Amino acid sequence: MAYHMIFRFRQPRRRFELASQFVMSDQSRAKKSVFGERSAGEEVQEVDIISAIEFDNSGNHLATGDRGGRVVLFERTDTNNSSGTRRELEEADYPLRHPEFRYKTEFQSHDPEFDYLKSLEIEEKINKIRWCQTANGALFLLSTNDKTIKFWKVQDKKIKKICDMNSDPSRAIGNGTIASSSNSNITSSCLVNGGVSEVNNSLCTDFSLPPGGISSLRLPVVTSHESSPMARCRRVYAHAHDYHINSISNNSDGETFISADDLRINLWNLEISNQSFNIVDVKPAKMEDLSEVITSAEFHPTHCNMLAYSSSKGSIRLIDLRQSALCDSHSKLFEEPEQAGPKSFFTEIIASVSDIKFAKEGRYLLSRDYMTLKLWDINMDAGPVATFQVHEYLKPKLCDLYENDSIFDKFECCISGNGLRAATGSYSNLFRVFGVAPGSTETATLEASRNPMRRHVPIPSRPSRTLSSITRVVSRGSESPGVDGNTNALDYTTKLLHLAWHPNENSIACAAANSLYMYYA
Amino acid sequence: MAMVDEPLYPIAVLIDELKNDDIQLRLNSIRRLSTIARALGEERTRKELIPFLSENSDDDDEVLLAMAEELGVFIPFVGGIEYAHVLLPPLESLCTVEETCVREKAVESLCKIGSQMKENDLVESFVPLVKRLAAGEWFAARVSACGIFHVAYQGCTDVLKTELRATYSQLCQDDMPMVRRAAASNLGKFATTVESTFLIAEIMTMFDDLTKDDQDSVRLLAVEGCAALGKLLEPQDCVARILPVIVNFSQDKSWRVRYMVANQLYELCEAVGPDCTRTDLVPAYVRLLRDNEAEVRIAAAGKVTKFCRLLNPELAIQHILPCVKELSSDSSQHVRSALASVIMGMAPILGKDSTIEHLLPIFLSLLKDEFPDVRLNIISKLDQVNQVIGIDLLSQSLLPAIVELAEDRHWRVRLAIIEYVPLLASQLGIGFFDDKLGALCMQWLQDKVYSIREAAANNLKRLAEEFGPEWAMQHLVPQVLDMVNNPHYLHRMMVLRAISLMAPVMGSEITCSKFLPVVVEASKDRVPNIKFNVAKLLQSLIPIVDQSVVDKTIRQCLVDLSEDPDVDVRYFANQALNSIDGTTAAQS
Repeated sequence: MAYHMIFRFRQPRRRFELASQFVMSDQSRAKKSVFGERSAGEEVQEVDIISAIEFDNSGNHLATGDRGGRVVLFERTDTNNSSGTRRELEEADYPLRHPEFRYKTEFQSHDPEFDYLKSLEIEEKINKIRWCQTANGALFLLSTNDKTIKFWKVQDKKIKKICDMNSDPSRAIGNGTIASSSNSNITSSCLVNGGVSEVNNSLCTDFSLPPGGISSLRLPVVTSHESSPMARCRRVYAHAHDYHINSISNNSDGETFISADDLRINLWNLEISNQSFNIVDVKPAKMEDLSEVITSAEFHPTHCNMLAYSSSKGSIRLIDLRQSALCDSHSKLFEEPEQAGPKSFFTEIIASVSDIKFAKEGRYLLSRDYMTLKLWDINMDAGPVATFQVHEYLKPKLCDLYENDSIFDKFECCISGNGLRAATGSYSNLFRVFGVAPGSTETATLEASRNPMRRHVPIPSRPSRTLSSITRVVSRGSESPGVDGNTNALDYTTKLLHLAWHPNENSIACAAANSLYMYYA
Repeated sequence: MAMVDEPLYPIAVLIDELKNDDIQLRLNSIRRLSTIARALGEERTRKELIPFLSENSDDDDEVLLAMAEELGVFIPFVGGIEYAHVLLPPLESLCTVEETCVREKAVESLCKIGSQMKENDLVESFVPLVKRLAAGEWFAARVSACGIFHVAYQGCTDVLKTELRATYSQLCQDDMPMVRRAAASNLGKFATTVESTFLIAEIMTMFDDLTKDDQDSVRLLAVEGCAALGKLLEPQDCVARILPVIVNFSQDKSWRVRYMVANQLYELCEAVGPDCTRTDLVPAYVRLLRDNEAEVRIAAAGKVTKFCRLLNPELAIQHILPCVKELSSDSSQHVRSALASVIMGMAPILGKDSTIEHLLPIFLSLLKDEFPDVRLNIISKLDQVNQVIGIDLLSQSLLPAIVELAEDRHWRVRLAIIEYVPLLASQLGIGFFDDKLGALCMQWLQDKVYSIREAAANNLKRLAEEFGPEWAMQHLVPQVLDMVNNPHYLHRMMVLRAISLMAPVMGSEITCSKFLPVVVEASKDRVPNIKFNVAKLLQSLIPIVDQSVVDKTIRQCLVDLSEDPDVDVRYFANQALNSIDGTTAAQS
């Protein structure tokens, strides 16, 4: 069974619905993957917790990475009809077919390592996944943990069976002189090769081969049965980061990418894994002077020379690679103008930007800090175009959140392909969708679970058309202990950090613990 | 399972191993593809082996690379040139793999085959292949297509030629930057085959589009095309079409493009001719020498001599020299280092007077640079200046700086200087050397760093070779032998090292009269390290000196050492004794 369809509603558009759910469970670690449904009492394994989600450019594939260093790929199953007809369908206001994904393959991208020089353990957790342009129909992606970036190729490989050999293995072994090559043990292969070179020479000089060739020789016949996707690591980009890598991002030129850690950003060529160029270095001369770290970095989607990176002080810097080889000085700085109100101990902590994303055309930039989601116009550095409160009701609880370290959670954000909506995660497996188009007041709060609409969700300050007011028939029994429809009992341990918007359709993939949920509008 | 006759067995195994699980075996089989083909015969190679290989394109990169290479020279094995077309399908599929080096090799092999094919075969099979690749769904195919247009174009009909030009133009505007890059880097090659009427009309239009590309990486490659295209165009067309592009590129927003121009500008000068060089490219080059970006200045500074060679001296002095002066005190050490590595070459271009007036102060300031690489780059090219301004002036002005470097704090700098001492000595002559450098050579023998002491000993040997044994006897040997009384055992050891190096040069007589007594004396040293080094040294002296000396002095000394309390000393002494016995036995 590839996946479980939990709900399938027919709804007016702009409502998000759970399309499908995938549960990464322990069974799936076994060779043959089965995405079992998690039963109510089953514990979530640490290694199964999803730590990265990314759609590819076409939207036909989705990749997730988890704490166990595993990358799982999903492929779209409903791509038979061309995009043209789909558009027609949309226009005709037919009930739109939502994208359906199914499990394609998985591979172990990273393994735990130990850095003996620094006495440090390197976790296998996948921090980011980025898809690359496909050169020949195979899938290419970059995955990274804290230190090492890997370039993967996933391709359907036919399982081949070779028959009709010239030499009979059983005979050869029986003779004991020359073992069959298909058994390929080292000593015999040496023997074989040695023999070949001798005969080769003699063939060239002494014998003359018959003009028609030797009819008794045969080529091996390859019969292929079914094909299955195979992942191969093509390149490893290692030893370039002293600190933990937080982002990787591909350039629009298709040949370079950046990797960012806490203090530096490096530029790589995809084909060259043994050298990279440092383009940004914010490390102060003395580490005591350190006041700001890089939290996220991303290339502009079309301008090959521009990239943005965010900092723990809440600023976003745009740099221009054309200006100089070392881009320590930014070309534009985006910062919220300083607030007049009283500053608390937490002001600086919650200002830290946890994620930035360029919108498709590259004019707008989305950023997420602890309390808000902000939209910036890269032509306007005076302040954000719009600010959306994600969980304003947590403001009085900052102290608790600090004590249990939740305040340092890094929530990701994403923006739809058409740039009209943005989404970001929150606690209790909730995520929020905002209309970011000028004049839009749309907001929605959803819970990533099998029965999302069961409970009441805090209503944001803006007038909204959330789904929370709509009651639904719940098909399954209750779960989510600790949540009783009351905001006081928000569950800080279930947080929805990672989510991704489909590049050209209104659907969102999001991860809550070990489960992957797909929603569509 | 087929049974194969015993003599054919190795070939049979070779064929089977084309599909072995072990990549080494597969690689081995592919490299011997010609043997397999010969064994199968031409017809079966065409009908069986080649189709078999065509389906093999999901193998490991190394195997594919070897296969692409083998297929390029496979025409004889498929039955000659009229059957060359059967080789195209496997190479076509290799043109679509994602690994760049495999694709490039496949393209190379396709070009090799295509250029040998008969005209009608070319039209029938090669041109369709180019078109298929150029229309490929994925960019790898289209990238490969760019590299084979020039072969297809040469031998085909006018109608097809028009079509090919149109297709190439499309590739220049492809959505994928990778394809546009491939189109840009192959444009020069394609242009050489295109008739001159279309050169201006079509190729230059494609070129113009590429030079205005949004992607820096595409423009970068277009810069490289400038020189190639410039050479194909008539001079006046070149000035009209290429020159403005170069001037624009030299002011491109992207430093990487300007860097490329700085690297290539002297080649572009040849394309546009001397007049335009003077009026347009010199100002462009001056701008690059004063660029904001250090990387660009590094590239420009590294080409300053090559560029000046294209100009007359007045122009160089008037325009380039002021920039060179600025660069010699550039804030980036890498710029200064790049300048220092080429600036000495400007001396012959400017002539004696200008060199003394303009360059010498720059040399001196670079020689005093705080960054060792800069200083070293100057010193390594001293001989070029020597020929221009003469030894007297050189010694007056540069030698103090060199002497200063000889005592530099960084041992690598000292090491580099030592390596230049024999060269300097030969240029400056014996007299001068005695005064200034002689003392330094001895001082280095007592350096704190072993590499320097070692280099110093070697230096003595090279000096002895240069000036002859008599001079060495007078100026080197006494000073070296004095050191044998040095209280530091490491310094005493250096004496032994120097002797072992110098003895072959000095000859038997001096070795016996001067060196041997010192060595024998050293064998009574209290430090075991000295003693076993004496044993090793004595062993190396055996072939130099007479047998009588060996028997009389060396053997006795070694016998004494072989009874030393220290095990290492005994070991090396015995080894030397054995070698004496060995030579005696060989002689008798």
